Amino acid sequence: MIEFKDFVFYALSFVLVASGLSVITSRNPVTAALSLVLAFFNAAGIWLLLQAEFLAIVLVLVYVGAVMVLFLFVVMMLDINLDKLREGFWDYLPMAGFIGLLMMVEMVLVFKTKEFNLSPVDDSLKSISNTEVIGNTLYSTYVLPFELASVVLLIAIVSAIALTLRDRKDSKKINSSDQINIKRQDRVRLVAMKSEEKYVKSKTKDRK
Amino acid sequence: MNELIQFDLSLIMPEIFVLSMAMVVLMTDLFIKPSSRWIIYSLSQLTLLGSTYLTGKDFAEETQFAFSNMFVRDGLADFLKMISYLGISLTFLYSRSYMKDRGLYRGEYFALVLFALLGMMIMISSHNMLLVYMGLELLSLCLYSITALDRDNQKATESAIKYFVLGALASGLLLYGMSMIYGATSSLDIGIISTTLFNHPTDHSILVLGLVFVLAGLAFKLGAVPFQMWVPDVYEGAPSSIAMLISSVPKLAAFAITIRLLADGLQSMIIDWKEMLLIMAVLSISIGNITAIAQKNIKRMYAYSTISHIGFILFGVMSGSLNGYASSLFYVASYMLMTLVSFAILMIMSNKNFECELIEDFKGLNKRSPWYAFLMLIVMLSMAGIPPTIGFYAKFMVLQAALEAGFVGFVIYAVMMVLVGMFYYLRIVKLMYFDEPKVKGKIEASLDVQWVLSLNALSLLIIGLVPYTFMEATTQAISLSLN
Amino acid sequence: MEALMTFIFGSWGSDIAKTLWILLKIIAVVLPLMLSVAYLTYFERKVIGYMQVRIGPNRVGYHGLLQPIADALKLLFKEIILPTASNKILFFLAPVLAIAPAFAAWAVIPFDLNLVIADIDASLLYIIAMTSIAVYGVIIAGWASNSKYAFLGSLRSAAQIVSYEIAMGFTLVGVLMCANSLNLGKIVIGQVGGFWHWYVWPLFPLFIIYFISAVAETNRAPFDVAEGESEIVAGFHVEYSGMAFAIFFLAEYANMILVSMLAALMFLGGWLSPIPFIPDSFLWLLIKVAFLLFCFLWFRATFPRYRYDQIMRLGWKIFIPITILWIVFIGGMMQTSWGYLFH
Repeated sequence: MIEFKDFVFYALSFVLVASGLSVITSRNPVTAALSLVLAFFNAAGIWLLLQAEFLAIVLVLVYVGAVMVLFLFVVMMLDINLDKLREGFWDYLPMAGFIGLLMMVEMVLVFKTKEFNLSPVDDSLKSISNTEVIGNTLYSTYVLPFELASVVLLIAIVSAIALTLRDRKDSKKINSSDQINIKRQDRVRLVAMKSEEKYVKSKTKDRK
Repeated sequence: MNELIQFDLSLIMPEIFVLSMAMVVLMTDLFIKPSSRWIIYSLSQLTLLGSTYLTGKDFAEETQFAFSNMFVRDGLADFLKMISYLGISLTFLYSRSYMKDRGLYRGEYFALVLFALLGMMIMISSHNMLLVYMGLELLSLCLYSITALDRDNQKATESAIKYFVLGALASGLLLYGMSMIYGATSSLDIGIISTTLFNHPTDHSILVLGLVFVLAGLAFKLGAVPFQMWVPDVYEGAPSSIAMLISSVPKLAAFAITIRLLADGLQSMIIDWKEMLLIMAVLSISIGNITAIAQKNIKRMYAYSTISHIGFILFGVMSGSLNGYASSLFYVASYMLMTLVSFAILMIMSNKNFECELIEDFKGLNKRSPWYAFLMLIVMLSMAGIPPTIGFYAKFMVLQAALEAGFVGFVIYAVMMVLVGMFYYLRIVKLMYFDEPKVKGKIEASLDVQWVLSLNALSLLIIGLVPYTFMEATTQAISLSLN
Repeated sequence: MEALMTFIFGSWGSDIAKTLWILLKIIAVVLPLMLSVAYLTYFERKVIGYMQVRIGPNRVGYHGLLQPIADALKLLFKEIILPTASNKILFFLAPVLAIAPAFAAWAVIPFDLNLVIADIDASLLYIIAMTSIAVYGVIIAGWASNSKYAFLGSLRSAAQIVSYEIAMGFTLVGVLMCANSLNLGKIVIGQVGGFWHWYVWPLFPLFIIYFISAVAETNRAPFDVAEGESEIVAGFHVEYSGMAFAIFFLAEYANMILVSMLAALMFLGGWLSPIPFIPDSFLWLLIKVAFLLFCFLWFRATFPRYRYDQIMRLGWKIFIPITILWIVFIGGMMQTSWGYLFH
């Protein structure tokens, strides 16, 4: 009889695989994106089963909470015509399928007989808070790649802005601090005027 | 603990300096007027000067490791970094007026190039596959976005997309290969991989499969056949100044990680990668040289010539000896010097309303400006490998190393391909000297560009005449770092 | 109980018993929560009523106390209308997605010392993760309704929530730097010893930013552009009626209580009493949460709605820089001899 834990694992894995398939097969891009969200959730669940709670939560936080929201945002706004994207699918299929199959056979041949030289995770780590363990390793052993990863993100921001920011000439943007700092004197001007009658008179004179 | 960190930081000082200056450039650009962009330019040049000082101040005599052996500082690293600073500095200088004319003379350009330089420095100094990958991504992301910087130019955008998609694929392949090597050796550290493989020759098929993926990734970044498709398209589509950047300094970094991964980490698998490199080298030389003949666009011609040069560099690497690596290093450094001049002349001949792109544009250059024609002559002779230029010497060294390693037949084949290649290089010379100019008008460049360009081109001749100091430096760099 | 379960279900017994026990605990949290949501609506109508010199609901029951029950019954019996050409599955999924994270986050909220459903190490992270997925309900509701107003509302809300989440996340970084822990219980215990030990003082700017971001995160006035009655009718839930609408309503108020609870736990010492010699109690937590909720209503009655671009500007250009600067400042100060002030 399978254990409860195994049962949870298989349930999560099944949904994970099913939602993964739905990502690539669904006709509606929004459904595909939402399936991906579901897949992330299940992956997080599997991580929780392995007691990697930090990774699980961060997966949900970063991918589900931020990345996919923006992704969905874009997908919803673009009216993607999937039929056009699928054009030529059947033409490419034989070649792509052949290469894919070839790769798969190769991989199976390589992985089937041999074992990877990796040792299983140390059980003693499970008793310590794994947020702390990850933090310690990240900021000591892997500090250099970690910092470089932040530089990569910075570059992504700089490039995204450099490639897309254009000053719009018809922008109606208002500078809020200017708006708040406005004083009465800036908007209203008191003008000392001579009396009305004379003004009218001079005007009429001019006309003549 | 604190002392350890201080030691680590002292080794990585040039990188920290470049990174902080890149951010300073980025921030300064926000606060200055477009008319005073010279500040950004001088800041960038100062960065390179400063990092040259920092690297040169304690030029590594011995191999030193930092950050849990991820980062290595040795002769090879410092030598390549110095050359990279020079290359980037020349790129900034040569591209200045060209970029100004096209409205690309912006702060982001300088910042991104400096970030790219940081990526290259990391690649050059990496002693861990994780760091190799980080450096590579740093560099590639910058290059993709710089290629598309001229965003209203359809060709540039298209080439950037091609570059990006294929580059991402290649990064994926590289990463996949690395993961298999990690699976077989349970380490990402190049030193540990090397000793593990040496002491216990493990599971071969996983390693070979991993090696194939790693090589595919490397070949893409270098631009070797059969992963060369992006090179001509990117060179043609990108603005010349950016094509110059892509074609020159990153090759040094790609060479560095090739040496680190193959000659250091996977040393014990030399029999496997030797054959793969041989195929790539021979194909690169043939396809590069033969296809270049048919090109009408000079940037495409340069691209194919680059591919053939990469073939020669691989010839040196595959010979698997210290001598071979040293001659490849010599080749890649001299290639950088050549390609910088070749693109610089292209940019000088372009102006605001005219893009010098076709081979025909070189017609009668001698009548318009005999000095630039002469400089171009030197470059073409050097690229073709005609004595007494640096190009001849580089090819000679590489082929000699291959000969020593026993590739007699292939060396003869490569020499024949050099003869084929001479055709298209000398065609440019013929157009410059014996044809009537199609466009009239003088060629103008600012004084500093004139001087530096002349010096750069003449150095091809001078180093070609007395290559020994340069050659010695490369040999020393290689022998210092690879035990 | 465990023995009984083992008897019935064999080897799975202990697991199932555990699950049932957890379910009971969840009900013990969710039921009072639902009730407080219901009376929060009453409280809101009364408070705003008095602020606008009106009386507010006073017909159903003593002083209108049965009003929320009457509203709930009314909504229960109303028909749920499915708009034409809408995506049926997603249309009904959206309210569920809105309410689920709002309740799920309560799993790690400590109500008193060791009185918590799941005492996990990274509970703060868990809460951020849960609040960050609340936005799906809004987005999907807007998209699945197949209506312009709903879609506009959902786009506004998605952009707004994602932006303010960053500022909110950064303020929590400040808290965990002070507390040296991601566990909410430990964060509260870190503030023990009188109100001058509360994190609200060293982290005052972060507290203000957290609370304003919380208002924005829950789509409350003056940041309620996602609903924007005057511009886009009712925003993302314009097509919803009956119980489906009620669930959105419920989620919004549950989220309000949640963020107020968090603010009380992280900045105002949770269940700790402000003066050391008065005993700590769950009641203190209730008082603090009630005060913060009152602020929510107060804002609603006081401020006019922000313009959309002003919201974005406030989030990105003011809050995020300030939080980052303050975090750097705290980090720096902790290294000096003044560091004890920040622990």
